[in-house]
Amino acid sequence: MVAEISHPLSKYLREAMMPHIWCSGCGNGIILNCFVQAVDELQIDLKKLVVVSGIGCIGRAAGYINTDSFHTTHGRPIAFATGVKLANPDLEVVVISGDGDLFAIGGNHFIHAARRNIGIKVICANNFNYGMTGGQQGPTTLLEAFTTTTPYGNIEHPFNLVHLAAASGATYVARWTTLHVRRLTQSIKKMLQKEGFNFIEVVSPCPEIFGRRNRMRTGLQMMEWFKKASIIEHFSDPAKADITPERIVVGEFVDIEKPCYEKLLYDKMAQILT
Amino acid sequence: MPEGFILQRLLTRMSVLYAVFVRLFAQILQFLLLKNHVKKDVNEMKTENNRTVLTGTHFMNGDIACAEGALAAGCKFFAGYPITPATEIAEHLSKRMPEVGGIYIQMEDEIGSIAAVIGASYTGLKAMTATSGPGFSLMQENIGLAVMTEAPCVIVDIMRGGPSTGQPTLPGQQDIMQAKWGSHGDYEIIALAPSSVQEMFDLTIEAFNLSETYRVPTMVLADEVVGHMWEKVVIPPAEKIRIVNRKKPNTSPEKYLPYMPDDDLVPPMACFGEGFSFHATGLTHDEHGYPKTSSSGVQQKLVKRLCEKIRKNADKIVKVREFMVDDAEVIVVAYGIVARAALSAVKEARKTGIKAGLLRPITIWPFPEKLIAKIAEQAKKIVVPEMNCGQLVREVERNVQGTSVVFLSKLGEDPHTPMEILEAIRRNC
Repeated sequence: MVAEISHPLSKYLREAMMPHIWCSGCGNGIILNCFVQAVDELQIDLKKLVVVSGIGCIGRAAGYINTDSFHTTHGRPIAFATGVKLANPDLEVVVISGDGDLFAIGGNHFIHAARRNIGIKVICANNFNYGMTGGQQGPTTLLEAFTTTTPYGNIEHPFNLVHLAAASGATYVARWTTLHVRRLTQSIKKMLQKEGFNFIEVVSPCPEIFGRRNRMRTGLQMMEWFKKASIIEHFSDPAKADITPERIVVGEFVDIEKPCYEKLLYDKMAQILT
Repeated sequence: MPEGFILQRLLTRMSVLYAVFVRLFAQILQFLLLKNHVKKDVNEMKTENNRTVLTGTHFMNGDIACAEGALAAGCKFFAGYPITPATEIAEHLSKRMPEVGGIYIQMEDEIGSIAAVIGASYTGLKAMTATSGPGFSLMQENIGLAVMTEAPCVIVDIMRGGPSTGQPTLPGQQDIMQAKWGSHGDYEIIALAPSSVQEMFDLTIEAFNLSETYRVPTMVLADEVVGHMWEKVVIPPAEKIRIVNRKKPNTSPEKYLPYMPDDDLVPPMACFGEGFSFHATGLTHDEHGYPKTSSSGVQQKLVKRLCEKIRKNADKIVKVREFMVDDAEVIVVAYGIVARAALSAVKEARKTGIKAGLLRPITIWPFPEKLIAKIAEQAKKIVVPEMNCGQLVREVERNVQGTSVVFLSKLGEDPHTPMEILEAIRRNC
């Protein structure tokens, strides 16, 4: 008899929810792995951790993590998380969602939460398209990329997410690809330990839906693109960090201190009550 | 200058200095104590203080009475977005919430407002938002989320004239059907219609109680006149106010099934941070809260329960006010501000010997079907005045077989006058 061996991180997952819905070659599993690794290394009390997600492939991550979790409507995880964080500022509130959810339909909530500097940690899986609905053009689709709704090549300029986050007031902004597993984990750890609105963009492969229409049919081919194109440049100008087929600037872009919203709110309340 | 006077002034100055010093010391102490303990002072602040229920007789408008009703009900979270004619609710709560250790936040839009309200509700606070037609439309998708995840919350809609931007400063009753059917899918909600400033206070408390009892979004459907009208409001002592809090699970986190209902079809509710580690989703889900999107069995079980927890409890929820209905041959069915004019009209009609009566639904949803059916058996005519093109009148018609229903529409101006309703009574007696 062989003793049953479980994965050291399996306690962080709801095994009843497995198997997951993600395609082979998808980067979401890597992102989830890096997140629970960071939570494990920091020994965060799971009872004090709330994971919120929106709609999309990565939106299912909230359900897979064994904490209090909420799978909201499309685009609204940050607004929902705002209610959670203010109702109990002692909770660590993490939003894990996709580029379409956070920056198209939910863009308004993102910029205003960043402006307020509310203590929500946002991890965005950027796969350049709407994966769950079958691969439509999204706010991060690269120029000239093919999707099911840009059959002649995309003519919309994509968002530069790190620039948007920095300009909106986020106190920590980083970008990694799923190739940078250790750096991403360290970055998540840093973000979880820091006050205020913090943001990490994770460029993630989507070979089944996006890649196969853009000459990257396998996860390996997409990772090879990340390897070839990514350059680590810490604290470079986020305005110049547009993602192109030739260049993906990764690293930390912003790491500043600014009073967070919940602290200001409760300080103000304390003043009023005395 | 007499010596005594100089001494007195000196003492006064010293006492002022002393007071300044004491205050400064207290502030430094507070800063040091609270610096790294955000939650500590939250807990302290969340304890009831004597500013929560403003017991006494007041003169206030409906919006403010609604805000005070929310506080009296134990509401500790408000998220909203400015919109006429509901803005005063937000303005008042921005001042009052900090006084009672509650949270006020102005969100970037109404979609965010209702999302934040659901988040706060899931984190254990009684939560509310307030809006008018356009904002109410924006909230509809997340009202569906609140229905599906059974998040107790109160949504106040101070109705104005629509569609679209319509008439922001004029009253309307055009959101009656939107309140019931605005979100997609099958569901039931509760909606109450106040017709006085006192009722804005009372029914907001009732809305919280119902919402907590049935874990369902509950709406206060007021109109611009009730929202902006100034009247006397009596706020009773806190101990005289009936407050209902959601059922909590009395099981261990390992055994807790977040969507397993009790006999009343309502599941006990754990909150985030309490150690239950549960999942909530807008997807069709089983008792664990796990998505089950391709099972017709799970979908039927869940959606039918969401409807039936309200339908089967309708007798407990529904409230109406009747005036001289017993022997009435012409019965006016009116709600909100229109019911006040209807009451005057019925009284005038009685003076001239017409057997008129008034039935005022306080609960709009679930609709008082049985009561309407009952009065229809005795009445020859039912008159329904509404500030819309015919909304609740459809529900009346649906429930009265054989009795003719007269609809009295009014749009884009002040509500019906008593004379207009009296005319209709006379024509139909």
